[in-house]
Amino acid sequence: MNVEQHGDRRFRVGWLPASMIAVVLAVLLGAMIGPAGPVWWRVPLALIDHLPVVSIDSGVSDREWAIIWNIRMPRVVLAGLVGAMLSVGGASYQGVFRNPLVDPYLLGAAAGAGLGATLMIAIWPGVGADWPVDPVPAVAFVFALGAVAITYLVGASFGGMRTTSTLVLAGVAMVSLLTAMQTFVLQRNSDVVREVYSWILGRVSTARWDDVRLVLPYVTVSSVVLFFHRRQLDLLRVGDDEAFTLGVPVTRVRLIVVIFATLGTAAVVAVSGLIGFVGLVVPHMVRLIAGASYRRVVPLTIALGAVFLILADIPGRMLTAPAELPIGVVTAFVGAPFFIVLLRTREISR
Amino acid sequence: MSSIEFRDLSVKFGRRTVVHGFTDTVRSGEWLGLIGPNGAGKSSILRAIVGVIASSGEVVVDGASMSLRSRSRRASLVAYVPQDPLLPSDMTGFEYTLLGRAPYVGYFGSESRHDRAMVGDVLDRLELSGFADRKLGQLSGGERQRLVIARALATEAPILLLDEPTSALDIGHQQQALELVARLRNDHGLTVISAMHDLTLAGLYSDRLTLLHEGTVVSSGVPEQVLRAETLAEFYGVRVTVHREPDGTIVVIPRRDALT
Repeated sequence: MNVEQHGDRRFRVGWLPASMIAVVLAVLLGAMIGPAGPVWWRVPLALIDHLPVVSIDSGVSDREWAIIWNIRMPRVVLAGLVGAMLSVGGASYQGVFRNPLVDPYLLGAAAGAGLGATLMIAIWPGVGADWPVDPVPAVAFVFALGAVAITYLVGASFGGMRTTSTLVLAGVAMVSLLTAMQTFVLQRNSDVVREVYSWILGRVSTARWDDVRLVLPYVTVSSVVLFFHRRQLDLLRVGDDEAFTLGVPVTRVRLIVVIFATLGTAAVVAVSGLIGFVGLVVPHMVRLIAGASYRRVVPLTIALGAVFLILADIPGRMLTAPAELPIGVVTAFVGAPFFIVLLRTREISR
Repeated sequence: MSSIEFRDLSVKFGRRTVVHGFTDTVRSGEWLGLIGPNGAGKSSILRAIVGVIASSGEVVVDGASMSLRSRSRRASLVAYVPQDPLLPSDMTGFEYTLLGRAPYVGYFGSESRHDRAMVGDVLDRLELSGFADRKLGQLSGGERQRLVIARALATEAPILLLDEPTSALDIGHQQQALELVARLRNDHGLTVISAMHDLTLAGLYSDRLTLLHEGTVVSSGVPEQVLRAETLAEFYGVRVTVHREPDGTIVVIPRRDALT
């Protein structure tokens, strides 16, 4: 019997290169489109021209190159990192909680970051304007991690580590509590509502290379750790008890996955604001396309999450130019119908 | 080929003791059937063996206590088929069976060519190759049950624990599943411990039966010793006729008085 016909051979030869190509195409597209700058077809030439050793005449002026490299590229790369992280974080959360409705904000990462940022903007407006590091993302990051840590400790102390439903409920309670606190602070400081709101809706549009440098280590480390847990996530699908009898250290796996998914999520939320829908929908799109095994889902959500958010960022800069549509609005507005269509075609083809 | 010995195994849920000092030795290649009414402690014994629930006392496999063995060694010694296995509907039969190789794969590793070949072989032997690429959600109860057994077999564990393996199956599939286990036991010298509700089937397949009542062993021995009408009446609170077929098969038949 030919064992190669089963399992992930299809993935090995097909999905991974295809998703890599999709990432490259999305990056190119993101770099080509924008209200100002050179003609779109000169952009790939300019990028090739700037590769080491290669030199071609792209006909792009230095000023135009500055638009490509300092305005469009950081934004594209940041969108890619944020999309990859939120997607793989969502897939991992869905795995350890065995719940398809879960997103990476479940345990309070987003609500914590939102409260942290709100407090900073409302109570110390303008603080750190001349600091080397912007304190708002830093505080948002710390609040996000703190919120998840409290949720985990509370949930685990009541339900034991083996029941995930207590943890999920603790997360729901924590999110409500943090949101209420944030609303209270906002209500007392209504002059900053607009600023807080624009922070919450996502700030990929103003990305600089500094922002990329800030999140890159977290996204990289988290993605690598989660990637190496893809087989464990598959084992958890048959239930905690059975995974345990198959030799999986269930509690430890869940804790590690939650820690790293949260670390990356907190970092990207702190820098880019709360971009909804990505962490829920991208993993499900991947499952519909490539099957539900986490061996495929984890690497493909990283790649396609990046593609999704890079593409979602494009209409935002075109439709209402020169004003910008927040990326969080686009992800939901474009993502939801697309997802429904995908769901429907999949059901019909079955 | 492995024997399993219980030394004063006790299980407590909170303040309630559900298994009282279970002591027994199951010989290598033996099939022990645990019987008893609901809540007698059958499942708890099985779950305590694999460490899913906490217990006191000792479970000794091949001379060494389970609690002293590593997680993956335990998993490669004892395979556990739960009463109500969670079968992800979008997982394929091959992917599911492959999970049985987990005890042999390092934490960050992935299954080797040998593991995949081995799983292909198990599916072949169980005549399940046709389900390798099918999703579990598309399979019938009997087909799924056979895949669960295939996954247990893929662990190559010499001891197989079955918790109500046939409770969800019709009579034909019950027989099919149990015949499969019996055949595998013969071929591989598996030691089997099963918890079963159907007393006739339990008697038919087990070498020895242990009747539990409220966590305590009340009767143990070959099926004809344990399956006696008065014993069952006492501990199950049922009225049954125990009938003995010419070939030695013991049949437990529920009895009903005429309405007056």
